[in-house]
Amino acid sequence: MEQIIFYILAAIIVIFAVAAVNSRKILHAVIYLLFVLASVAGIYFLVNYNFLAALQLAIYAGGVIVLIIFSVMLTHNIDAQLEIASLKSKLIAGALSIGGMAVTLYAIYSYQFNSIENHQAIEVSDIGLKLLSFERGGYVLPFEVISILLLAILIGAIVIAKGQHLIEQEHKQNQQKL
Amino acid sequence: MTDLFTTYTGNILQMLLIALGYLTFFAVAGLLLVWLERRIAAFFQLRLGPNRVGPFGLMQTIADALKLVSKELTGTERADKFLYNLAPYFVIITALLALAVLPFSGQIQAFDINIGLFFLTAVSSVGVIGILLGGWSSNNKYALIGAMRSGVQTVSYELSVGLSLLTMVLLTGSLQLSQIIEVQKDGWLIVQGHIPAIIAFMIFMIAGTAETNRAPFDLVEAESELGAGFHTEYSGMKFAYFFLAEFINMFIISAIAVVVFFGGWLSPFGITDSIPWLGVFWFLGKTFLVIFLMMWFRWTFPRLRVDQLLTLEWKYLLPINLFNIVLMAVIIWLNLEIKF
Repeated sequence: MEQIIFYILAAIIVIFAVAAVNSRKILHAVIYLLFVLASVAGIYFLVNYNFLAALQLAIYAGGVIVLIIFSVMLTHNIDAQLEIASLKSKLIAGALSIGGMAVTLYAIYSYQFNSIENHQAIEVSDIGLKLLSFERGGYVLPFEVISILLLAILIGAIVIAKGQHLIEQEHKQNQQKL
Repeated sequence: MTDLFTTYTGNILQMLLIALGYLTFFAVAGLLLVWLERRIAAFFQLRLGPNRVGPFGLMQTIADALKLVSKELTGTERADKFLYNLAPYFVIITALLALAVLPFSGQIQAFDINIGLFFLTAVSSVGVIGILLGGWSSNNKYALIGAMRSGVQTVSYELSVGLSLLTMVLLTGSLQLSQIIEVQKDGWLIVQGHIPAIIAFMIFMIAGTAETNRAPFDLVEAESELGAGFHTEYSGMKFAYFFLAEFINMFIISAIAVVVFFGGWLSPFGITDSIPWLGVFWFLGKTFLVIFLMMWFRWTFPRLRVDQLLTLEWKYLLPINLFNIVLMAVIIWLNLEIKF
């Protein structure tokens, strides 16, 4: 049963990944990409890793795809069509992806996978504790680094959105007050 | 291969039956909610509402559904046919996915995963894609504006829904819906968490109403400005899908509120604990009370402007929410919850 579902999901992923690259309408490509991401979430559900599956749905399907759709809606006309890639670039892209697949397959087949007895679904609280633990194997440093990165991005976004002109104006006003 | 199929035929049959049950519930609840909305709207406006077809006009929505089925499916010229036809299914399927994790009673729950609450918010964030696509592919400027508004609104208010639920997760210590209800055997969470829980409930109801695009947050389909918003160009059953999904989403938001704040299928003070199957009635009863509250909002408050909508979320609800989480943490830290 699991095998059949896995093959169905894998087929969906492959078909729609190819369709996403070959589509001539950008919004169609986005939707094909959405199907690929949702099927990946399905595979996570299949291996009982529910948390990652829900993250996949929330971040990629609900966040990234919505953002892409937004930017497409703002910039593209409904009649707009993408140009067809030339044969040369198609061949180069194909060769590169085959190379990438070879590296991945080599890594997978050279690793000895052990099946775990008494497998338990991972609790969210375990993940949370691990993120904040500063003992061996804890993730508190990457967690803090990412939070600083996000803060920098937020401030950067505000500064860019405000624009140079407004910042200078504010600067002058502040100087006048002083 | 045939071996494999005979082994799993029973399994597959069971799944199909469960799916069929949920689909039936989906349709019946949708029709009932449409009737309820019209009756309540009439009540608030001192009218009678639908009262000719069947007892209390209950058959009115079935007659309407039959009319919608028999209508012609129209579309605009140069519309993106593929996306135009796909969009309603996004909305319907995400609503159905969310129904799967809701615990109707101690025994009736299709999919009890350990991240139930997070799954609900994740799935509901996918639904907006259907609205965006529907608006864009209609090739109509009013539909496009409606869709853009809906995107802005849903992305903003998702934050408040998630954070207000997170406040309550501090109390339950679990995201599994059955576990959340188990915790409430010592008192519903709105009582256990008293002040921050009530604040969280108010924020959840405001943000939940905005997420379902209902008045006073129905800028998406503001009739006086945009025709019918993102579904202007849809007709017949495709329009009905959007319409049904809106009502089912309202049911889902109310059901989440009932599970997280009002003890789910638990009876008040445990009066019917000896009869477990009564849980369904308590669950549906409480859910319909919350739905009535949402309908009450709709027919009482005037619509907000776009800038007011965004100010409300980003300048008021979000800071209050962040403060509320800290307050809840302090209350749990000092053991100030009320437990029976």
